[in-house]
Amino acid sequence: MARVANGTAPWWRNLAWGTARLLPIVLLALGWELFARYGNVTPFMLPRLSAVCVRIFDDAMTGELFLNVGLTLYRALVGFLISAVGGVMLGAAMARNVSIRWFFDPIVSVGFPMPKIAFLPIVVLWLGFFDVSKIAIVVFDVIFPVVTATIAGFQSVERELIWSARNMGAGNRELMWQVMLPAALPQVLTGLQVALPLCLIVTVVAEMAMGGYGLGGAMMTASRFADSRGVFAGIVEIAVVGFVLVKLMAVVRRRLLLWHEETSTTISMR
Amino acid sequence: MKSALIRYLPLALLALAWELAPRLGLVSPLALPPLTGVLGAWVDLIRDGELVTNGASSLYRAGAGLALAIVIGAALGVFMAWWRPVNALISPLVELFYPMPKSALIPVTVLWLGFGDGSKILLIFLGCMLPVTLGAFNGARGSDRVLVWSARSMGASRLRILRDVVLPSAMPELLNGIRTALALAFILLVSSELIAAQRGFGYLIGYLGSSGSYEGMFAVVLTVALLGFAADRFYQLLVQRLLQWRE
Repeated sequence: MARVANGTAPWWRNLAWGTARLLPIVLLALGWELFARYGNVTPFMLPRLSAVCVRIFDDAMTGELFLNVGLTLYRALVGFLISAVGGVMLGAAMARNVSIRWFFDPIVSVGFPMPKIAFLPIVVLWLGFFDVSKIAIVVFDVIFPVVTATIAGFQSVERELIWSARNMGAGNRELMWQVMLPAALPQVLTGLQVALPLCLIVTVVAEMAMGGYGLGGAMMTASRFADSRGVFAGIVEIAVVGFVLVKLMAVVRRRLLLWHEETSTTISMR
Repeated sequence: MKSALIRYLPLALLALAWELAPRLGLVSPLALPPLTGVLGAWVDLIRDGELVTNGASSLYRAGAGLALAIVIGAALGVFMAWWRPVNALISPLVELFYPMPKSALIPVTVLWLGFGDGSKILLIFLGCMLPVTLGAFNGARGSDRVLVWSARSMGASRLRILRDVVLPSAMPELLNGIRTALALAFILLVSSELIAAQRGFGYLIGYLGSSGSYEGMFAVVLTVALLGFAADRFYQLLVQRLLQWRE
């Protein structure tokens, strides 16, 4: 599914290709609408897509949509920023320093495959029901892929690069910022690309478990009142937010890696 | 032996800190019950059977959902790689749904199937299917053209090629996808049980927490976390076995 990005293909070809790729999604939407209308389901089991869209529009008019999306995004993105900065710092420190590595390595390798969402009730016990606890569980969950990707990135930096930089008189700080970090960047970004959707997932689950405002909380409220339109509206909203976040991250990656060969050859959206 | 000791010493230090912090009054034992207390609560939960029955229903849900996801997801992925029209139709959908947080489906599965096993199995199946599909697809697509051609020139039927050439070469990536799915299964299981269930690990955690027996809650949380870890390690061993034929 690699596409040639630069404008070698004529524009109409790109347009046709894009439309063709949209077709299954349109078919899915159409299928949903028709099945809900004429199929053997009650509107409670599967409300019509048009009804769900009307519901989303109404929520947008009252402003509730923006409140919920904004709160969820705020929690997810603050968690993302903290784990991105903290994870890269910890990963870099582990890659550079033997004793830090000794201490954190078993913790990371045991913690990484654990289902960390199970710790949610403990985090609630410690930090209460507010934003802090949601952000804390996001960081706790998401920092692991960032740390492991950073370590892998730093370890794959070619020795020759480091030696040449040293040879030309680079100090520790220069070596870090001008050689190590840029060379490790592709893998660090891969870790961040894994981390970003994960942030949204964890935020939504935490909101569902704790209730209140935010996309997850709104869905749980709707589900409790057997308001299936509200539930499906929540799914569509979360899907759209997740999709946009992932695409934005891909754009950021391409920007940051303009100098890297992966950008100039082919671009796969995954 | 000694190197393993040095390697895992940090974990022992953490455990020691966990034991000492509440005992020395650095943190309230309500917020962090000492480790020995948690272990005692674990033994009690095992003895009165609560952990076992809840654990069994959790593992049943995770196993059933994961098994469905592996069978259907792998078949779909290989099919997508094998037959281009299927790929053209399905791959935009996969791309659309892949980044979507599957836990958003928890309330819907509850609406459809209620609070019991069915809704959890459906959720785990839906959540775990895409990584398996993608792994199978990438693996099968990457199978060596030359191998396929030679098999065909030697007169192998399409089905035979699929079984003897495409599937084995898709194996590594497929197994990788299944590893992601395994981790996801645990995450979805615990999240859905924490949010809406009447049995299972997540339910037990919530129940013990709200009744104030924090030692028990910590014990169940640790059990789930360690089970997830052990499942991953065990799976990796299994994969090493399965892929021994590759150098």
